[in-house]
Amino acid sequence: MTTTTAGTPDAPRSRADIGELFHRYGTFCIFVLLIVGAHLMSPAFLTERNIMNVLRQISGTGIMAVGMLLVILTRGIDLSVGSVSALGSVLSAYLVAAWSPEASTALVVLAGAGCGLVTGILVAYLRLPAFVMTLAMMTAARGLSLIISNGQPILLGDSGQAFTDFGAGFVFGVPQPVLLMFAVFIVGGVVLGFTKFGRIVRAIGSNEEAVRLSGIAVPRYVCAVYVISGALAALAGIISTARAGVGSAQVGVGAELAVIAAVVIGGASLMGGRGGAVNTLLGAMVMGVISNIMNLANVPGYHQQVLMGAIIVIAVLLQHGTRWLRRH
Amino acid sequence: MTDLVDLRGIAKSFGGVRALAGVDFSVRPGEVHALLGENGAGKSTLMRVLGGEMRPDAGEVRIEGKAVTFGGPREALERGIAMIHQEPALAPDLSVAENIFMRELPGVIGWRGLNRRARALIDRLGFDIDPRRLVGDLAVAHQQVVEIAKALSRDVRVIVFDEPTAVLSARDAERLHRIIADLRGAGVGIVYISHRLEEVFRIADRMTVMKDGRTVGTVTPQEAGIDDVIRMMVGRPLSAMFAEKSRRQAGAEALRVENLRAGTRVRGVSFAVRAGEILGLGGLVGSGRTETARLIFGADRRDGGEIFRNGRKVAIRSPLDAVAAGIGLVPEDRKGQGVILGLSIRVNATMARLKPVVNPLGFIRRGAEQRLVGNLAGSLRVKAAGIEAPVSSLSGGNQQKVVLAKWFHVGGEVIILDEPTRGVDVGAKAEIYALIERMAAEGKAVIVISSEHQELFGLCDRVLVMGEGEIRGELLPERYSEENLLSLAMTRRDGELRMAG
Repeated sequence: MTTTTAGTPDAPRSRADIGELFHRYGTFCIFVLLIVGAHLMSPAFLTERNIMNVLRQISGTGIMAVGMLLVILTRGIDLSVGSVSALGSVLSAYLVAAWSPEASTALVVLAGAGCGLVTGILVAYLRLPAFVMTLAMMTAARGLSLIISNGQPILLGDSGQAFTDFGAGFVFGVPQPVLLMFAVFIVGGVVLGFTKFGRIVRAIGSNEEAVRLSGIAVPRYVCAVYVISGALAALAGIISTARAGVGSAQVGVGAELAVIAAVVIGGASLMGGRGGAVNTLLGAMVMGVISNIMNLANVPGYHQQVLMGAIIVIAVLLQHGTRWLRRH
Repeated sequence: MTDLVDLRGIAKSFGGVRALAGVDFSVRPGEVHALLGENGAGKSTLMRVLGGEMRPDAGEVRIEGKAVTFGGPREALERGIAMIHQEPALAPDLSVAENIFMRELPGVIGWRGLNRRARALIDRLGFDIDPRRLVGDLAVAHQQVVEIAKALSRDVRVIVFDEPTAVLSARDAERLHRIIADLRGAGVGIVYISHRLEEVFRIADRMTVMKDGRTVGTVTPQEAGIDDVIRMMVGRPLSAMFAEKSRRQAGAEALRVENLRAGTRVRGVSFAVRAGEILGLGGLVGSGRTETARLIFGADRRDGGEIFRNGRKVAIRSPLDAVAAGIGLVPEDRKGQGVILGLSIRVNATMARLKPVVNPLGFIRRGAEQRLVGNLAGSLRVKAAGIEAPVSSLSGGNQQKVVLAKWFHVGGEVIILDEPTRGVDVGAKAEIYALIERMAAEGKAVIVISSEHQELFGLCDRVLVMGEGEIRGELLPERYSEENLLSLAMTRRDGELRMAG
């Protein structure tokens, strides 16, 4: 490797590095500040019980955020995750009445992957806009779950005991859904950081045409991220059923927005190419902590939504601030 | 006579890098003042200061003798300073007339008057463009005309042209030069930035050469020659740019295409290229050269025609097929199609062939990759802070070397280079020429597309000339001259000469 020569400027580093550092650890800083703030506001916050509560609440969002991150990295969007998770919730309660919990889980995840495959084919091979196609899937999957459940909640019977146990169970004091979420994040992070698949997904979001002209079958990869996103959304639906003991078509209404918000707070760019698993997890936790603080501080629910909107704007502003810093 | 523009001691730094270190530059009424220098010499930064897009750290901007401070491009425009950028900054979905009068569109548009005024401006430039057409439907050359008309829609005193002919055919460039001559006659001051020295020498009254954020000197075309100016830019003459053509022996036929067709853009193209040979594709912009290359590489769908590798027919339907058949393409649009700007040299270099650096489970063997790309970047002399540096931090020439590294790594036997030195500074050009020569010496069949005739003549063993989607003829080295090339490019097969301009 040749070193820098006279013509190539190399000195704007110091400031660029601050920008880069902030971009990388900005979400982490926000997260730490929030924890400190929350602790000062309410001594009830930093208790094991409360923390586990927060984590359990975000487990579904978190799992879906991994799939969404992959989709957003390719410069796409998946609006269907909330509805697909409802389909997962309904299907898991429905299937487990007749099948074993393992088989039901597998079928539900497959169903979610199937939804993803449909949107994936439309987006990747037919080159239709992801926003519209996943919007269509959002409507269709919600409809399907209403059809299957007949619009009624499906109670988990005795055969669903395994699900309920999973929803309420702990390992080393950590709720099992939370462990599952961490596992999904770890796998997602490893795939993104260390595999060919992760590299190509990232590269597609940065410059799809350059990747295509390198002789890579781009549509295959784009389709795959929607399949993964669908499968993970269905998995999130199972968790919801497991925690509530009920399969419901009303699960995950508006969840897609919370999931996208978590990914964006985690520093991913909707223009593709930028974003990571760790920061996305932090993004999901930031959302969870904020709503938890507001609950502890007795902020009424309606007000919470307004505040959450404001916080998303602030998080994105901070990231734009760092980009601005890097340029000047 | 007062200078229209007088920049004095302009300095500007970005972070720690000094882009401009006290530059003086002036424009007189009715002159064409060319601004020359390698990429990164500070030309664009200087012009952004003049255009109000950037505030200098030190120095003074004087307009007709009065010191001014611009708060933004708008204020510069109000002072009569207009910029024509290389890529037209127009709204593609609005009409020509709307674009021209963008800044002063009334709340309610009187279409008839607006179109009439637009038509008058375009007529004045000697073009025939319907003001009602959408800008996005126009050819690039006509878009540039719209940009100029837009500048002229106001009282303009200085126009800066930033590489205006880079995207134009020779004929359109000629028309542009006539417009510039007219403007100059009307007392407008012109700043002209270009890498094409022949044209600069034709139209400039004065030439200022910049290097490393300083002015090296200001000369007139009468007192200095092209070689002198190149020496001012880089410190070496033009003749040293091309490697001595090695005594390569062309081997067996590596690629043959027969009757390639795609709409009206490529109309039955057939040719063959042998291993170890450098074949040039010459012609005007829009003659179908890029399209032909993209058909061979499977980047666009073809209506018909066959492709043979080593005498055997291959089915190429996508770039994936082409790479598998041992064909590589260095695309014309480097930033849009060649490199992934935000990612590192390492990631870019292995993108087209990940197999050697991926284990069976799909994990990337980072150490192996680093060694591989490190060696590659070293042998291609990529100048960067390291292989982890994002490609966006490299100069144009070094970005192009990364694209070349990618195809060296793939190791295919046929490589097509589309405008390999566009936007690359003189120093890096010579290095890229040497790399192209090296590819051929390694036994690859090389196809070079270029609009710079001297580049084709300097590099290629023979040149095929295209025009209107057809191959019009072949030039061998003993017949290399711009006249021969242009007469082929502009002559139809039936022998009728298409009028230039």
